[in-house]
Amino acid sequence: MAHVCSIITISQTVGANRIVPSVAIPHPLGNPKLPPAEEQELRQNLLKKALAALQTPIDEQTVFS
Amino acid sequence: MAEASQNKKYRIVHYVNQFFGGVGGEEKADCEPFTIKGPQGPGRLLEKRFREEKVDVEIVATIVCGDSYFADHQEDVLREQIPVIRGYHPDLVVAGPAFNAGRYGMACGAVCQSLESLGIPAITAMYKENPGLDQYRKTVLIVESASTVSGMEDAVRKMVRLGVKRLRGEKIESPKDEGCFEQGIRQNYFHEEPAYRRALDMLLRKISGEPFETEYPIPFFDRVEPRPALADLKGVTIALVTSGGIVPTGNPDHIESSSASKYGKYPLDGLTTLEAKTHQSAHGGYDNTYANEDPNRVLPIDMMRKLEKALGFKVHPWYYATVGNGTSVDNAQKFAKEIAVELIRDGVQAVILTST
Repeated sequence: MAHVCSIITISQTVGANRIVPSVAIPHPLGNPKLPPAEEQELRQNLLKKALAALQTPIDEQTVFS
Repeated sequence: MAEASQNKKYRIVHYVNQFFGGVGGEEKADCEPFTIKGPQGPGRLLEKRFREEKVDVEIVATIVCGDSYFADHQEDVLREQIPVIRGYHPDLVVAGPAFNAGRYGMACGAVCQSLESLGIPAITAMYKENPGLDQYRKTVLIVESASTVSGMEDAVRKMVRLGVKRLRGEKIESPKDEGCFEQGIRQNYFHEEPAYRRALDMLLRKISGEPFETEYPIPFFDRVEPRPALADLKGVTIALVTSGGIVPTGNPDHIESSSASKYGKYPLDGLTTLEAKTHQSAHGGYDNTYANEDPNRVLPIDMMRKLEKALGFKVHPWYYATVGNGTSVDNAQKFAKEIAVELIRDGVQAVILTST
């Protein structure tokens, strides 16, 4: 499991192992200030990062920033 | 017996394992339950210490059961022995102390829980790492004991103190003050000092290196071994799960905006994006304008579809959602267990969990 979340410390406290920092609490996988095409690209990049995290061997909690 | 109750003598039934019941050690752990009239083993010490506190008690019976026998026949033992215990009309039941004996701790916890649910006060004692503690601490008052029998005197002293209160029907305000493990129950009360002053006092104590005690301990969280990495995304089924409260418009399962008691499971099949008119955020505690405007910002199905095509994995046709706002760790763990079982059953190999 990859945890895409805004507050990394909470994710670490509850014990997630693959952590991907997101944009902000009200829009973790988006940014309303960006034009739609750029916002979608941002979202796609975050998901690529999460997918890469799932394919990365780890021994301990790891933040994929 | 009638005479005893006329003298307002409190009646206690004591539960012990084969060892403290005088049957024998591990080789007798499959001993079937039986009853001894009066106290046995640590029961004699218990009775003595109660009387020293000027509380007139009598251990009317001792129930003995082998630890393995109990573990293997828990339901049968409880079904048969609880009525036996009730038959003695106890004012209090004491089980153990079990120290760090795992099966014994589980048995003591199970006996106490069964009696408490019938309205009969029951207490036990065990070591903090006894598996019986996690299993029964929420429903049973468990005194903290040492890990071995060398802590008998101390455990009995604390059990007597707690036992006296329970016999007299006194309220147990703070389990910790009674030498018990906390049960995870929060009680509201009015403090004479306002919160800001207490917080500042605590901060000043912390800064000056003095001891201080939090008013809200952080719950204990499990750690899990990281799973092996996925070798290849091709052919893998990946599920989306969110604690960001994205639900179909109207929130059909009425997931609470705060302190969620449930989660929902909703279809993604055939959806290439989430729209403001079909989905919304049920989450309180953050401004959900942006999530309502474009729910993909929390549950990113639009871009998952693109990547699904490009990278050859498969998006699980269902997503799970709850609200993380103030949701208790207990509830969250319960949801996680149920969701994980379903995901594994449905052949999902990986999850992307999004949180607000």
